[in-house]
Amino acid sequence: MSNTEKQKDPLFGPRDMKLLKTPFSKENPIIVQVLGICSALAVTVKLQPAVVMAISVTVVVMMSNLIISLMRNTIPPRIRIIVQLVVVSFLVIIVDQVLKAFAYDVSKQLSVYVGLIITNCIVMGRLEAFAMSNKPWPSVLDGLGNGLGYGIILIIVGFVRELFGSGTLWDERIMPEGYIPNGLMVMPAMALILLGIIIWIHRGRNKELQENE
Amino acid sequence: MKNFSNRYIYIYSTVLVLVVATVLALVAVGLKPFQQKNIKAEQMQQLLSSAGIKVERNVAEENYNKYIVAEYTVNSNGEVIDEYSDGKQVKGSDRPFEINVKAQYKDFKAGKANEVKLPVYVCKKDNGEITYIVPVRGAGLWGDVWGNVALKSDLNTVEGVVFDHESETPGLGSKITDDPSFAQSFVNKTIFDGEKFTSVKVIKRVGTDNPHAVDALSGATLTSNGVSAMIEDCLKFYLPYFKTLKK
Repeated sequence: MSNTEKQKDPLFGPRDMKLLKTPFSKENPIIVQVLGICSALAVTVKLQPAVVMAISVTVVVMMSNLIISLMRNTIPPRIRIIVQLVVVSFLVIIVDQVLKAFAYDVSKQLSVYVGLIITNCIVMGRLEAFAMSNKPWPSVLDGLGNGLGYGIILIIVGFVRELFGSGTLWDERIMPEGYIPNGLMVMPAMALILLGIIIWIHRGRNKELQENE
Repeated sequence: MKNFSNRYIYIYSTVLVLVVATVLALVAVGLKPFQQKNIKAEQMQQLLSSAGIKVERNVAEENYNKYIVAEYTVNSNGEVIDEYSDGKQVKGSDRPFEINVKAQYKDFKAGKANEVKLPVYVCKKDNGEITYIVPVRGAGLWGDVWGNVALKSDLNTVEGVVFDHESETPGLGSKITDDPSFAQSFVNKTIFDGEKFTSVKVIKRVGTDNPHAVDALSGATLTSNGVSAMIEDCLKFYLPYFKTLKK
């Protein structure tokens, strides 16, 4: 990238940590960049699929960032998007097959959304914006950070929706017997409202994200 | 940016696609046994579940071997073609459990009824009651729907049902699988009115009193119709067999 890159940073030095941390808050893919909303609404009815989706996306972003970053000097720019798509699809199909073999129930719950990781804007976004022009190690960290940044929002939304929508957490009953589940929480509309609330709180605490009048 | 020749681009993309295809093929082949084991266990779990025996998937196979005492395939004349019981093939050459029900129903719908054979499972519960389980299969709104219908030994009263689907609308049509009260509403319905076959229909606002119908799911009319037609069509196939059993 620049000259400063040449001096060696220690493993997990400040630069690495920055790559890992910014996607959690200041550059969060969901609540700041507003990417990957579709899957965030669809798989967060319960906590378990949300966690599996978070892990799956993290693995896919990390691995595809690594592979594209390793290949970046050989990829002809004219077909770079196609090459990225092939790599992403490749990884997603592997994730799908592994889930079918070892986490069958979850793979049934996630159904088409595993396949739709291919079209998750976060993945392609990171490949274009970061992996194509950075070395493998920072790319892996960037992928990990963004995957987890996406995942943490999914898990928060999934937590609230399962707790109030079904009265359970991880399919264990939490709410007392008399609790009547809130049907609205199960609908995708409520996920959008919850995301809105999270964005509101987040912007309230980060003045620099607020647009000037 | 470097300049890449067309030749390079062609070779590059060909090699990339070949490598990816090879690896994916290997992964698919390597994971196949695990996936099929899951599918088989799920089938067994659903068969047991329709007869009212709820077990976790990881113990489905041992419970299946314990409760399902015989598997048959029957043709449209009610004749038994294959029999598999006590872990061995007694008659015919195919194990009924491994029959491709989907393909058989396709032939059945295509009018090749005399070539078709479909499985029947005999389940013996802890209290000695015998239950006959038959698979059913049909079309929902977006994709296939299928399931099992378990009949008590009078071959009239429904012991229980299980439904599954490929891609019905989540929260509406998917309730045939997710909402236990829908499956529950079939219990103790009867498929015959005297001698006449009535099936158990899925009808809107029918209430709970009708012995041959259950309430349809609101917001999922076409899925409900599909389930209704599926049960009727598929049970029809077994009627000659039921007749021979009753004799």
